[in-house]
Amino acid sequence: MLLPFLLALHAVVAALLPPLARVLGTRVFVVACLPPALTALWVLAHAPDVVAGQPVTSAVTWVPALDINLEFRVDALTLAMVLLVSGVGAVIFGYCARYFHTGERGLGRLSAVLVLFAGAMLGVVSTDNLFALYVFWELTSITSFLLIGHDDRKEHARRAALQSLVTTAGFGLPMLVGFILLGQIGGSFRISTLVADPPVGDPLLPVALVLVLAGAFAKSAQVPLHYWLPGAMIAPTPVSAYLHAAAMVKGGVYLVARLAPGFAEVDPWRALVLTFGMATMVVGGWRALRQDDLKLLLAYGTVSQLGFLTLLAGTGTQVAATATIGVLLAHGFFKSALFLTVGVIDHQTGTRSIAALSGIGRRMPVVAGAATLAAASMAGLPPLLGFVGKEAALEAYLPGGDPATALPSGAAAVVLVGVVLASVLTVGYSARFVWGAFSTKDTVAERRVPRPAAAFVAAPVSLAVLSLAAGVLPFAVDPVAQGYAAAFDTSGEPYHLALWHGLTPALGLSALVLVAGALLFHRRVTVARVQQALSRWPDADRGYHGVVHAIYVVALRVTRLLQSGSLPVYLGVILATLLALPGARLVMALASGDVAPPGAGGNELRFWNTPLEGVVALLIVVTAVATVREHRRFPALILVSAMGFGVAGLFVLYGAPDLALTLVLVETLTTIILVFVLRRLPATFGTRPDGWAKRLTVLLCAAAGTFIAVSLWLMTAARTDPPVSLGYTSLAREAGGDNLVNMILADFRALDTFGEVVVLATAAVAVTSLVLLRRSRVVEETDPGPDETEEERAGARTGEGERT
Amino acid sequence: MSAPGLLLVVAVAVLYSGGFYLLLQRSLMRVVLGIVMLGHAANLSLMLTDEAITLPPLLGGPQGEISDPLPQAMALTAIVITFGVTTFLLALAYRVWLGDNNDEVPDDLEDRRIGRLREPEDSS
Repeated sequence: MLLPFLLALHAVVAALLPPLARVLGTRVFVVACLPPALTALWVLAHAPDVVAGQPVTSAVTWVPALDINLEFRVDALTLAMVLLVSGVGAVIFGYCARYFHTGERGLGRLSAVLVLFAGAMLGVVSTDNLFALYVFWELTSITSFLLIGHDDRKEHARRAALQSLVTTAGFGLPMLVGFILLGQIGGSFRISTLVADPPVGDPLLPVALVLVLAGAFAKSAQVPLHYWLPGAMIAPTPVSAYLHAAAMVKGGVYLVARLAPGFAEVDPWRALVLTFGMATMVVGGWRALRQDDLKLLLAYGTVSQLGFLTLLAGTGTQVAATATIGVLLAHGFFKSALFLTVGVIDHQTGTRSIAALSGIGRRMPVVAGAATLAAASMAGLPPLLGFVGKEAALEAYLPGGDPATALPSGAAAVVLVGVVLASVLTVGYSARFVWGAFSTKDTVAERRVPRPAAAFVAAPVSLAVLSLAAGVLPFAVDPVAQGYAAAFDTSGEPYHLALWHGLTPALGLSALVLVAGALLFHRRVTVARVQQALSRWPDADRGYHGVVHAIYVVALRVTRLLQSGSLPVYLGVILATLLALPGARLVMALASGDVAPPGAGGNELRFWNTPLEGVVALLIVVTAVATVREHRRFPALILVSAMGFGVAGLFVLYGAPDLALTLVLVETLTTIILVFVLRRLPATFGTRPDGWAKRLTVLLCAAAGTFIAVSLWLMTAARTDPPVSLGYTSLAREAGGDNLVNMILADFRALDTFGEVVVLATAAVAVTSLVLLRRSRVVEETDPGPDETEEERAGARTGEGERT
Repeated sequence: MSAPGLLLVVAVAVLYSGGFYLLLQRSLMRVVLGIVMLGHAANLSLMLTDEAITLPPLLGGPQGEISDPLPQAMALTAIVITFGVTTFLLALAYRVWLGDNNDEVPDDLEDRRIGRLREPEDSS
């Protein structure tokens, strides 16, 4: 099938757009239209097969060993989403050609990123592999970051872009963990396989689902993560229309709808989806009612609708699933039409504020008509698609409405009340939108504004007409809904999307909603007063800033705690970690008997290898302890040398003549060099006062040294395989040598020895250059900066905050 | 496989402990001595792995049995490398002393400056 090529086409066209933009100006968006338009046509051509239950699939192998493949599968749900992503996308791209002015900054980048986003979104909704889904998902996060921050010279834009990225990508990470868990317990990373055969009953499944839902909720701006969506309204209006009406925010809804057939029955899926969806629905609607900026009004309206969609998509019954597709398409059409209308108004008048607009309806009757149509669809007025979807949604939660309902009647009633309440609010803000944008207000001075060009208005008008057409002809949309809803229990009579179901309770509720909503609009002054009184609600946006600030402060405090600048403290922390993790584990293993010390578990306990060893070992121990305690330089030097010769003596006893010889030579040289250096230095080391810090250091070092020696002892005792060097005997004979150590160094591992010689030579060159460099050329220490005082340097030298 | 001799284990433990302690000191010269001591400790650790430890790894000896030559070869390499490192460190210490008339390891000023950063009013 063509889908991988269509995805590639998006990427290729995106790469070509920036240079083209220099030549074509805003007409570059017409070129940008091509990939989504072709995709929409392609998916429409396959629509009959897809709704008949024969998904179009294809696969490109990527990382087969990890079950990561670019598998694609276009079924009814994907069909609906592609219609939004590519179909509505193409219309919006065409609109961009009129919205932007030639010569505007960054048009090439904007068009390219928009097409990339369209491609990524197409990938999200069409892939059948969890990993590929995640990759496309994060690609949409990154491209939307670039799109929201399009006007990168505005600080607000950069902040809003960062906020949306931190929120959506930040919650994408737990989602990835959820995906991996899901794939591990389900035995496959193919989504269709997982949904068809969910690993129900696995104790980890609820964890995985919660993690996945967290990612979906952040993407679809569910309360309390909804704050980024209104913030993202800083983006150019067509971008908002595309990202925040048709495409990106639907990603979360899509994921919920995609997984619902398999997992809706698993606790706590329904509880989460219903709670968060309902809260989002009501909060979004309530806040939309009080916005003055038309775009923000739509943004909060979108939040509300996204809650509604999440609720529907996650409910997991046949009627709710049918309603999901209906509302999904309806929202995509009417919300992008409304956003584009705002774009037209903003473009012609230079403002989006309700308080500043008056008489626009008379100046732009066509735009006003289209927007009214779209707003009517949003409010759920017949005969528009919004009404059809809302009827289905009400039906889903009516007692006895859905014969296969899986909801307890109490929960269904609560949800029904919530849906009705949110619908009333929706009617209220829809009316407010139309009134605010187009009415003639006596209090506002009317301004003469230029009429928009016909081609500019074509996009919102065509989308509004689609809302009407799909509402009047619901049988065009119904097969798609049925195709998706077939995945659910259809034991009863399947519900169909239709304008007229007879005199049902749902129709009565619809009428009630319209009346109540109209009343809400009529009493808007009172409503505004109530909202004013209640506006001291906790603000999620402030919560976001609080969290980010807290992370910064904690990071600073941790840095302050750990980064003291003192080398002894750093090394001490490393040693303490060594003791705290592997050290504690070793003690636990010894205590529980998992590891038996030699002498206990049948292993012979040896004290020494030869009796003479005792004398030499004693010498080493005594000189080592004395070196540590010695504060005069020359005695310390003599003690270290004595210790070195002691070690050489051990090598003699251990049958290692080569080592002993080398060590004697090396110790002699080291001692000579030390004498040369120490000759120049003061006679004593700087000492520290005795105290608890010093005692602690001694204890720490003794414990670390003991831990290393004991673990080496236990490890060697636990050795089971013969040493590899056994084979060297015959090899040495073959090579004609008797001294095995020499054979290893000069023959078997000659390359290592060569490396060693290189190290020595490098050290020699470095030492020579360091020592022979004339004293006068010693570089003075860099001048302390203005903010660095003498005092501070002195403090650094004596090392406050030091523990030794 | 029998365990290594306990005496050697004790010597290794003492050398590691002493080396760590010297490494934690402020005086650069004591740090160098600590590295020398840790070098000895590491070389003796390698000897721990050898079972027939007292027999030289020479073919044609009277017993016929020999000790494991591989740890010895490694230790030999390690001895020489430790020597190179020690000499280099000594040269550095000497140089620091020439510039500073002091062989103490100072605190990292940059690190301390980060620690003094003020908490901002708003960081998001």
